[in-house]
Amino acid sequence: MRNPELYAALWRVLPGPWWVKLLILLVLITALLFCLVEWIFPWVNTLLPLPDVTVE
Amino acid sequence: MLRIEVMSEPPVVTRRSLRNARKKRERRISIVGIFGELLITCGVLVFLFLGWQLWLNDLILGAVDNKDAAELSKVWDTTNNFTDDEPQITTKDYGDPVVSTAPAEGKTFAVMYVPRFGKDWVREIAEGTGLTDVLNTRRIGHYDNSQMPGEIGNFAVAAHRLTYGAPFKDINLLRAGDKVYVKTEKGYYTYVVRNLEYVDRHGVGVLYKVPQTEGKDPTARVMTIMSCNPVWSTAERIIAYAVYESWRPITAGPPAEIAPLVNAKP
Repeated sequence: MRNPELYAALWRVLPGPWWVKLLILLVLITALLFCLVEWIFPWVNTLLPLPDVTVE
Repeated sequence: MLRIEVMSEPPVVTRRSLRNARKKRERRISIVGIFGELLITCGVLVFLFLGWQLWLNDLILGAVDNKDAAELSKVWDTTNNFTDDEPQITTKDYGDPVVSTAPAEGKTFAVMYVPRFGKDWVREIAEGTGLTDVLNTRRIGHYDNSQMPGEIGNFAVAAHRLTYGAPFKDINLLRAGDKVYVKTEKGYYTYVVRNLEYVDRHGVGVLYKVPQTEGKDPTARVMTIMSCNPVWSTAERIIAYAVYESWRPITAGPPAEIAPLVNAKP
């Protein structure tokens, strides 16, 4: 095993020449961002205290 | 006799040997390295979340509500048989405004146009100022104990300045003389911004029928537009007061300034 770090390992696991790896990686990042924006961030938001804008 | 001395070769430093040495060093499992990478990942995720919460999501939700409000406005035009084909009388006094009765809690009963907030800015106004049922649904909330649009007294609304669509993101940009148009099923109520005021979060005086004057009978129609202040905090409230100017029934069509927006084809 060469670089034992995570992202280096991921890069090695991906098949093909460097540009195929890059392409796969970009697709993966896009998918991850989509999941974050669509489901994970809204869920995290519900755990945060609510900002109040009214007077009481 | 000839003696040939065979000298042991000194270790030659080549590129290959360097690389091999490096490989050997890297072969050690780096717990700290992996932990560090995880921490960096978490940091990036936190920044992504902040970017989403404070910027991207407001753009998304704002656009959604802009569309919803524009559609609702169109529905009211249709149910009142208003078409923008007929020539419109742009200046005419339509007398005292028609005042609707208070709608059910949580119902969207008006839309608001503020050219200062953007030439295509329009948002929904719903009854009540509950966080979960109105304000966090990207709409503007109407204080249910305040008056209705066009009614003598105080028409008070509040909305987020940041997060949940941030309808009043630019409330601090309002200037004296800016127009605020409220449209309901009945028609258009035009208010003109008078001044800004900053109060703390218990400053309920802004909701009085005559703002900041308790128990006084109102003679004027004012509008209180409220959000939190400063931008990243909820310690204070920023208030924009607007004074009623005129009214147009819905069949008379929109006021000239917002006519292109109201009549825009979807």
